[in-house]
Amino acid sequence: MSSREDILEKIRRKKFPDQPLPNLSEFGIVYANRVEQFVAALKSVGGSSLRVNTLAEADQAIRDLDVHRHATKTCSLIPDIGEANVDLDAVDDPHELEDVDVAIFPGEFGVAENGAIWIDAKNVKHRVVYVIAQHIVVVLDRCALVDNMHRAYDRLSFATPGFGMFLSGPSKTADIEQSLVIGAHGPRSLTVVLVENGFSD
Amino acid sequence: MTDHAVLAQKFVANSPRAHWHDRALWFVRAKRDLAAKSLPEWEELREHASDIKAHCVAHLADYLEEFTRNAEKLGVQVHWAKDAAEHNQIVLGILQKHRVTKIVKSKSMLTEECHLNPFLERHGMEVIDTDLGERIVQMRHEPPSHIVLPAIHIQKEEVGALFHEQLGTDEGATDPQYLVEAARKHLREKFMAAEAGITGVNFAIAETGGFVVCTNEGNCDLGVSLPPVHIACMGIEKLIPRAQDLGVFLRLLARSATGQPITTYSSHFHGPRPGCELHVVLVDNGRTEILGSDDFRRSLNCIRCGACMNTCPVYRRSGGHSYQSTVPGPIGSILAPARDAAKHESLPFACSLCGSCTDVCPVKIDLHHQLLTWRGEIARRGLLPKSKSMGMKFVSFVFQHRWLYEWSGKLARFSLRVLPRWMIYNRFNAWGRQRELPAAPRSSFRDWYRHRSKNDGGKQES
Repeated sequence: MSSREDILEKIRRKKFPDQPLPNLSEFGIVYANRVEQFVAALKSVGGSSLRVNTLAEADQAIRDLDVHRHATKTCSLIPDIGEANVDLDAVDDPHELEDVDVAIFPGEFGVAENGAIWIDAKNVKHRVVYVIAQHIVVVLDRCALVDNMHRAYDRLSFATPGFGMFLSGPSKTADIEQSLVIGAHGPRSLTVVLVENGFSD
Repeated sequence: MTDHAVLAQKFVANSPRAHWHDRALWFVRAKRDLAAKSLPEWEELREHASDIKAHCVAHLADYLEEFTRNAEKLGVQVHWAKDAAEHNQIVLGILQKHRVTKIVKSKSMLTEECHLNPFLERHGMEVIDTDLGERIVQMRHEPPSHIVLPAIHIQKEEVGALFHEQLGTDEGATDPQYLVEAARKHLREKFMAAEAGITGVNFAIAETGGFVVCTNEGNCDLGVSLPPVHIACMGIEKLIPRAQDLGVFLRLLARSATGQPITTYSSHFHGPRPGCELHVVLVDNGRTEILGSDDFRRSLNCIRCGACMNTCPVYRRSGGHSYQSTVPGPIGSILAPARDAAKHESLPFACSLCGSCTDVCPVKIDLHHQLLTWRGEIARRGLLPKSKSMGMKFVSFVFQHRWLYEWSGKLARFSLRVLPRWMIYNRFNAWGRQRELPAAPRSSFRDWYRHRSKNDGGKQES
């Protein structure tokens, strides 16, 4: 018998008490002011945020960021945002991204309860860019905020191959005596630029 | 196997350190409480999590097949392993096929359970644990002492000395920021050189064929997004039915573990990167046996948050290594005897039955009830050490004979009053080693009650 058959047979040997799956469609906390809650949650996980009105303003705000001004190598996944000099599609080996200083990319939506942002790597050639850059900047439509994780999953579908993640703050560790240190292996900072009139116009 | 109590005694012998350990974990427990209180629906959320797990277990074989089908559709290669040996062999086979010698691994309790690292090392491979806490214990050649905080037992001075010796940091440097920076540099080199990445799995989704890995450091994503091979190892109990169920578990996991609202990275893998390979190894290794037990089945609900350890008065004061089990603490004391009861017979007794673990468990495992059940099971299987089994037999005999019970009470009350201290507090009195026995009353409750009824006709005293 193969191990697969062996394991399945052992499980099927016995009947277990069943339990219906919960209905989560209305479940979960709702906030009076999602933006306020999101910004506060983001701050609590070590991220910072800027609020601007248009994409053009977002571009300017990002160019003015210290991390961007001091960057040698910048990679932007949003056309006309930031001063990019690394073209991800022109890179063959992801190891070449080792010394990227700043990566700028879009967030699909944010979650008010925990400051997390859904990042979708669809059409992104090297997903390592999200974690290998020293600093990251996420541009997010202010209207694309949901209350909680249940509403977040309402928006997601995993029908096709791909990679996505909830990103909540910069990389961090507390493995040495519970002292929080920002910048473990991945980005040392996360700036979220919330755009009032986002990508739709 | 050395008794938990014996190892714990060594741990508490260093009193300041034991107190430091206790406080460090209580600090995490307090953060968990704040995070739980931030959600009015917390208790409902736990209920939902428990229901989802119960449902999934009732249909586990079907869901495993559904997961496999969907994962294969995405281009994932799915493997099945009966036990640790088969798991290790499968992983080795994949790595050898790709001529891999350098591997980076992100935290996976399953690979710890299967002792994968020493196995691969024996085959000439370098396996680097990339979670900082795990890297620290790996450099010290010891196992993690906690499932979420692997180096919680180590002080920064020790990390400083270790890094000075092995990574060349300044002598005497203890600043965590500086030490993390040194580890970052060291591990970046390892990430860049790795030819394959191994990870655990926090949740696998039957309906999509994908899986989720949660980290704070980003080590999982760095480890698997550079090399062409990703191997994800998971116990069969990590399965959940629907993608939307992740909403429930991701809300509970980090809040219960460290008090964060969510881990920094919750990465959803659906298929390999273009041109690369993604393998998932489904492992039984004793899980189907636990599944078959009505008493202990719910222990498979565990999502490895570590909340039961952080709250446990025994764990906090005895340290993870006293348990000599990959998963220590309350949940480990249930899982370890399920694997080998004779070897881990002392663990269900490393518990005061206070029930705090059950209160904090995000998936509502009835931990302290299961620990109590294990004690009975260990006695039934004749695995109790002589000191405990003889004592139990003696007490049981006394309780069954009223005259003997009354006489023993008299004898005890008398002896405690008149015998010299050395005759009461000696090596036969384990209870009295750290505590004073209560002062013996002059008469028993029975005497007092009889006497009282005669004098006042049973009326209430005013």
